[in-house]
Amino acid sequence: MAFKKPSPLPGFGLSLGYTVFYLSLIVLIPLGALFCRVVTHMGFAEFWKLATTDRAIHSYQLTFGASLIAAAINAVFGTLLAWVLTRYEFPGRRLLDALVDFPFALPTAVAGLTLADLFSRQGWLGRYLVPAHIEVAYTPLGVVIALTFIGMPFIVRTLQPVLENLEREVEEASATLGAGRLRTFVSVILPTIMPALITGFALSFARAIGEYGSVVFIAGNKPGKSEITPLLIFLRLEEYDYTGAMAIAVVMLLFSFVLLIGINLIERWASRFQN
Amino acid sequence: MSIELRQISKQFGEVRAVEGVSFTVQEGELVALLGPSGGGKTTVLRMIAGLETPTGGDLFIRGQRVNDVSVQERNIGFVFQGYALFKTMSVRQNIEFGLKIKKWKRADIDARVAELLKLFGLEGLGARYPHQLSGGQRQRVAIARALAPKPSVLLLDEPFGAVDAKIRQDLREWLVRLHHELNVTTIFVTHDQEEALEVSNRIVIFSRGRLEQIGTPREVYEKPANEFVARFIGVLNVLELKVQNGQARLAELSFPSHGVPEGNTLRIGFRPYAVQISAQTGEYRYRATLKHIFFLGVLLRLELETPSGLTIRTRIIKEEFNRLGIAEGAEVSFQIREYRVLSREGDALSHEVPVAQLVSLAEGI
Repeated sequence: MAFKKPSPLPGFGLSLGYTVFYLSLIVLIPLGALFCRVVTHMGFAEFWKLATTDRAIHSYQLTFGASLIAAAINAVFGTLLAWVLTRYEFPGRRLLDALVDFPFALPTAVAGLTLADLFSRQGWLGRYLVPAHIEVAYTPLGVVIALTFIGMPFIVRTLQPVLENLEREVEEASATLGAGRLRTFVSVILPTIMPALITGFALSFARAIGEYGSVVFIAGNKPGKSEITPLLIFLRLEEYDYTGAMAIAVVMLLFSFVLLIGINLIERWASRFQN
Repeated sequence: MSIELRQISKQFGEVRAVEGVSFTVQEGELVALLGPSGGGKTTVLRMIAGLETPTGGDLFIRGQRVNDVSVQERNIGFVFQGYALFKTMSVRQNIEFGLKIKKWKRADIDARVAELLKLFGLEGLGARYPHQLSGGQRQRVAIARALAPKPSVLLLDEPFGAVDAKIRQDLREWLVRLHHELNVTTIFVTHDQEEALEVSNRIVIFSRGRLEQIGTPREVYEKPANEFVARFIGVLNVLELKVQNGQARLAELSFPSHGVPEGNTLRIGFRPYAVQISAQTGEYRYRATLKHIFFLGVLLRLELETPSGLTIRTRIIKEEFNRLGIAEGAEVSFQIREYRVLSREGDALSHEVPVAQLVSLAEGI
């Protein structure tokens, strides 16, 4: 191997072999198989027809759009939450900190059921929101709320260690140079936490794209209105329309892949000041 | 005058970090705040900067009372111990940060940054990020950043603490030259007395939150105000002697009682250089064996042991040692040329007693 440099750490060949094998087993082989089946079982014209029905296109828009909005909401409010949890001492802080993991631990079906109940016409929140013409249940808004709920911990947990490691002195240095609190946050703190924020955003976004359980209960799943792509794939399978399901799945795969690569590039740019 | 502290105090909860400290710093001075860690010197520096609020007393900068002036408006430059550079910004962006906040014009900013990069030997490094710099370069960027907005005073917290010994020496000389060129009022904190003596015009010595002495390096070395200062600046040997029959004694050594009553303890202190040694055993009052020689470069440290086992530490320059022509194990005689009577720690010291007086007083034992 030309790229193998002499190293005092033994086992490079073995570890590389293991990494490639494991990644292949878990990630590359299933995804590759899906891709191959689409390529071998249908022509491009058929694939294009199945993947771009009005119903499918609307579901892509809803899934990626709602996921982006949810991740953006989490980026703002999750940062705020992480900030409060790391920077201030107050009674009940540990309890709040533990609650952050709740969306991780909760079965997504339970989360979906709870949200659907909360926002239904008779629910605790729904009974006030519906008369005010704010429809949450069975609308794209409901989808965004469910995706925000399940994505929140990703931002908080990736930001917390970074915020904890911020040097007090750097903020003080900014103050001695005349910068107020807002200026210090925008010019000094934000760029420092930006790589972690982007990572958290990407994780939250990726999780939202794949989310199924918590969304289906609150979304109402009206075709062309509040139907997400993972559900559409599921429906196609139920109709024994394997090729239709696969065509949509491949579109999702490509979309996710491109988006994650893009986010990775932005993250690399944002951390250009690091080693 | 540039800075004046009047009865400044700072309490953190129950802890009194600084108590009733008053001193003034003249325009253009280079002043060291010296003391052991926990002495309150960094707290004083941070109060001058506005990073801490005094719980008592008044603080003036250029005649204006600044107790209630925020850190942003004090127009000070502060260099932190760990430099605290903005790691997401290049060297240039770090230096121009304060200028942008003060809304300087672009052309003025560029001129000022170019001037500072040149002055600090950082030309060509403007585009680098802090992690691409050496420790010494980082420190220079930190000082350049602090000086960029032309502050009325430059404050440095342990400026030489984080670099290794060789670079530290260069940095000291460089700081003195820089101060000479810019003539900006500078206050720095250090726990290293050598550093304070070498670099500063005046030294303010703290211990346990109180000001012990303020003076030129020479004054605090030659006329320490109390035992703490005497022991902290330079090396001081301390002997505790018992007064018996009108004489203060410890092993073979005896000194006048200096008015200390019978049975009580007299404490004296002397610099290691105050011990005179002779190769002739009869020349001076006391006899001893040369137990160890420690080579320190230009200086040597000698350990003498009297017949009864008392150890006396001395320092001697190399030429003097060569002239004596003695080696480890040699029998020598010695005397203590001058010493001070130390009372309780914190009290003022008595004047130094020269040896002639000692000999005459010591006669007739």
